[in-house]
Amino acid sequence: MAEFLQFAFSGLTVGAVYALVALGFTLIYNASDVVNFAQGEFVMIGGMATVFIAAVGVPLPVAALSAIVVAMIVGLLLHRLAIEPARGADAVTLIIITIGASIFLRSAASFIFDKQFHTLPPFTGDTPILFGGAAILPQSLWVLAGGFVIVILLWAFMSRTILGKAILATAANRLAARLVGINTSYVVGLSFALSAAIGAIAGILVTPITLTRYDVGTLLALKGFAAAMFGGMGSPIGAIVGGLIIGLLEAFGAGYISSEYKDAIAFIVILGVLFFMPTGLFGRKSVERV
Amino acid sequence: MSRLAAHPLFVPLLIAAIVLACGFGLGSNFYLRVATLVWISALAAIGLNLLMGFAGQVSLGHAGFFGIGAYTTAVAPNVLSISPLLALVLGLVLSAAIAFLVGRPILKLKGHYLAVATLGFGILVSMVLTNESGLTGGPDGMTVARPELFGLRIRGVDHWYWISGAVLVLGAWLAGNLVRSPTGRALRALHDSEVAARVVGVDVARYKVVAFVVSAVYTALAGGMLALFNGFITPDVAGFLHSIEFVVMVVLGGLGSIFGSVVGAAILIALPQALSAFQEYEHLALGFVLMAFMIFLRKGIVPSLVALVWRGSK
Repeated sequence: MAEFLQFAFSGLTVGAVYALVALGFTLIYNASDVVNFAQGEFVMIGGMATVFIAAVGVPLPVAALSAIVVAMIVGLLLHRLAIEPARGADAVTLIIITIGASIFLRSAASFIFDKQFHTLPPFTGDTPILFGGAAILPQSLWVLAGGFVIVILLWAFMSRTILGKAILATAANRLAARLVGINTSYVVGLSFALSAAIGAIAGILVTPITLTRYDVGTLLALKGFAAAMFGGMGSPIGAIVGGLIIGLLEAFGAGYISSEYKDAIAFIVILGVLFFMPTGLFGRKSVERV
Repeated sequence: MSRLAAHPLFVPLLIAAIVLACGFGLGSNFYLRVATLVWISALAAIGLNLLMGFAGQVSLGHAGFFGIGAYTTAVAPNVLSISPLLALVLGLVLSAAIAFLVGRPILKLKGHYLAVATLGFGILVSMVLTNESGLTGGPDGMTVARPELFGLRIRGVDHWYWISGAVLVLGAWLAGNLVRSPTGRALRALHDSEVAARVVGVDVARYKVVAFVVSAVYTALAGGMLALFNGFITPDVAGFLHSIEFVVMVVLGGLGSIFGSVVGAAILIALPQALSAFQEYEHLALGFVLMAFMIFLRKGIVPSLVALVWRGSK
């Protein structure tokens, strides 16, 4: 039982990170129909930039905030310089562009920062909390709580503010949104910045547990994508549930089946979902844009 | 000139001329080695181009087939005690079988769903190659037995230069014929519009699988040849980045252009070698080129140049 709880907690912790990456995917996908493979790079930028800004003597909370701003700027530049000029291209072309952006950002990070693994100090110490025989790191609670707060804030932003409603309107129908006076290009840019911020926060929260390096983004993006597909592409609730489930499957798979093939689980899930229920758990049954 | 260029033998002969010219013109073993790598990669790129350029189906996991070809060639002689050349053939059969099994369900998907499914497939292959270290030597890679042909050990760079060059010319010729055949016309029809293709009676699902299997065999052949040529392989050959490199070769040279695949492979393989000072920036450049070409020169180098020459001659 203690073992089971231990696996469940570590699964929920990484699952929360996958969920945030998947949420970032969803946000951009809904606003612009772009599947952004550079989403994992935002997570990397969040962790790495915090490490390096803190290294010059900036207090950790300020360094973390600056890192979020850096990621948002990168997100805006990605939209303005790479996505906007290719508007109207087909899905695959856009995917190749974001893969190019991902390789570019990763490589740039290896020059700007370095190629070493880095970590951050845990926010509130590293004395494990004992619960039912399982040891839980306080940082895991930070990750779970942080993820929860982000989801609540995002929901409030989307449903309670004009700007959030503009994003929803653009996601529903870009032409109609423009007809009622919404600057859709601005709104799509905003969704890139928001998505980058969410990714960066995930990176900052999880770096004390999992370490970070210039190339951690690739696998995170792929697993976040698996989570988004599992939950149903475009559904925020699906993204969160999908992320948590994939995290749990990975933790139990590593614990009870094979730790070597832990990373394969996400891809087996992707392939299984695509074959047997292409719309995912919470996906819209049919998406027809007229 | 344009009628000459349209002749079925034009592209294979052009490639043959380049292979001959480089073979006699490149003095040092280093350049011959680089050129051999270009011919091998070009073969894989032609295979992927048949799928992406003609059938219009993306694959972000083709390095998986490259890895299957390479590792079957490397592992089978140890396990089954067969000759490396027979192992290479086994690799092709295995790739074709896997492509057939995976292709049927995967190719029902479209757009980014297909992209992600193929990507997942490629990553699974590279994970198996990395984790089954009892057979494959794990992340450190493994040595590959040298093949013998008529009692002669094929191992020199010059041997492999001519072998890979000849296989490339043959591959380009066969691909050209395939594209011009009724199958090729069906593929292009479903590239332009799947619905229209179906309406005129094209069995869309079947032709997509055919294109997938053929492209997998081309890529696996390239993988097997690389294993034999290098004498050593690591799971990187099946990695995600390698899949992306194949896509870049195809996109850079030109979707739907067989000669473009050779040009794309040459740029991606030879340029970093030639500019060794820039090697550290290789991935930076790779990412940048990928974005720039998809935004500004979507048709690729060769089709764009051809269009330019056409306009000039009118």
